[in-house]
Amino acid sequence: MTADVEAAQATPSLEVRGLHKSFGTVEVLKGVDLTVAHREMVFVLGPSGSGKSTMLRCCNRLEEPDSGLILLEGDPVTGKGVNLNAIRQRIGMVFQAFNLYPHLNARKNVTLALRKVRGMSRDEADARAMEALTRVGLADKSENHPSELSGGQQQRVAIARALALEPQVMLFDEPTSALDPELVGDVLAVMREVKAAGMTMLVVSHEMKFAREAADRVIFMDQGRIVEQGPPERIFGAPEHDRTRAFLSRVTGD
Amino acid sequence: MDRIIQQFFNVEIMIAAWPMLLDGLGVTLLLCLAVIPLGLAGGLLAALGSLARSRWVRLPTIFFVDFFRAVPPLVLLIFIYAGLPFAGLRISPFTAVVIGFFLNNSAYYGEIFRAGIQSVGFGQTEAARSTGLTATQTLAHVVLPQAVRNVLPDLLSNTIEVVKLTSLASVVSLGELLHAADMARSVTYNASPIVLAALVYLILLWPFVRLVSRFGRGLGA
Repeated sequence: MTADVEAAQATPSLEVRGLHKSFGTVEVLKGVDLTVAHREMVFVLGPSGSGKSTMLRCCNRLEEPDSGLILLEGDPVTGKGVNLNAIRQRIGMVFQAFNLYPHLNARKNVTLALRKVRGMSRDEADARAMEALTRVGLADKSENHPSELSGGQQQRVAIARALALEPQVMLFDEPTSALDPELVGDVLAVMREVKAAGMTMLVVSHEMKFAREAADRVIFMDQGRIVEQGPPERIFGAPEHDRTRAFLSRVTGD
Repeated sequence: MDRIIQQFFNVEIMIAAWPMLLDGLGVTLLLCLAVIPLGLAGGLLAALGSLARSRWVRLPTIFFVDFFRAVPPLVLLIFIYAGLPFAGLRISPFTAVVIGFFLNNSAYYGEIFRAGIQSVGFGQTEAARSTGLTATQTLAHVVLPQAVRNVLPDLLSNTIEVVKLTSLASVVSLGELLHAADMARSVTYNASPIVLAALVYLILLWPFVRLVSRFGRGLGA
């Protein structure tokens, strides 16, 4: 292995340092530090209001942090002079409400950024979109509009839309919370495939069972801070903090 | 009864006045062709201005929109046509009408566009920006197409109003449809040309009125 490759792998994929964010007088993030390694899937758990979604949304600056540093592959995401539109192409995001463009069919939902941001030709973008839709198992729905798709299918198109830009990190903001229970499995299966293909993933979700079997690391957040983190077996099996224990017993009903 | 038919529905007079009305119709259509696109463009700018983050853009735009929605368009027309010469500006009736309608229409179309833009959920913008689209690209390819679709019936309704309002131009002696009809009336001492003009407006606008009703029943959504 050359020194360059070693150095690249030593650099975390995503690094968050001293992140602070307030909404009005409410301090939502009180200094969050987090690193995500290459190909790692990190799950963020926590009660509502713990700041986990805000933390995630700061990573591509849909929320503007008050202070702190965010680095993607060592490149600054925060700070003055950052080309936000350039850096955002390298960070895929999947939303709770899917947020597909309702006036465009599935294929065009995927090609829009490829055409306008990447400047691809129509054929090139279409080919890339079909590739991404095939990966999420929806090649046959490429010409359907979002209103003709189930929630699970819409979310898979949304994942394809993010994947098609070949991001270095993907952020998932409660990707299954708006879905009927029987549709959750398909989305989780796609996420599992994305992970298997080597994607770095930061996931805010309440899917405990999925976290337990698929996550490399689980983070528990409460009141704007990371309370504890570790491999899923330890966090779920032997949480160190009372707050983690209380949360887990509430959500799992043990 | 005969006198009413003689005075309002005299076919001979209508036929005689028809060439004059046709000229007027031409001016009306030309006027529409000028003021509708201008109003739509001004309206879009007004909508974006009234939603701007900077108060230095937002507040003046809101004042502009409120002002021209509150001023009666007839007063505005007279003011521009009769007032601007005092400021040393000689303008034709056509130009005066186009300016007046631009100001009035921009305000009305602006409110419709604003409602349309606000009807598009913010999640759409967030999704688009998260893929690296710029604010302008997001507006052009994601927000506006949905916004326009959401308010299409209102845009069409307002456009029908605009076409009818062009008849106000007759007061500044612009030879549009109603003015032509009124000239014919004063020559013939008979109101039939006015009725004929009303019929022309009806035939011109009725298909669009039907279309708006179809939207209203949800068939266009």
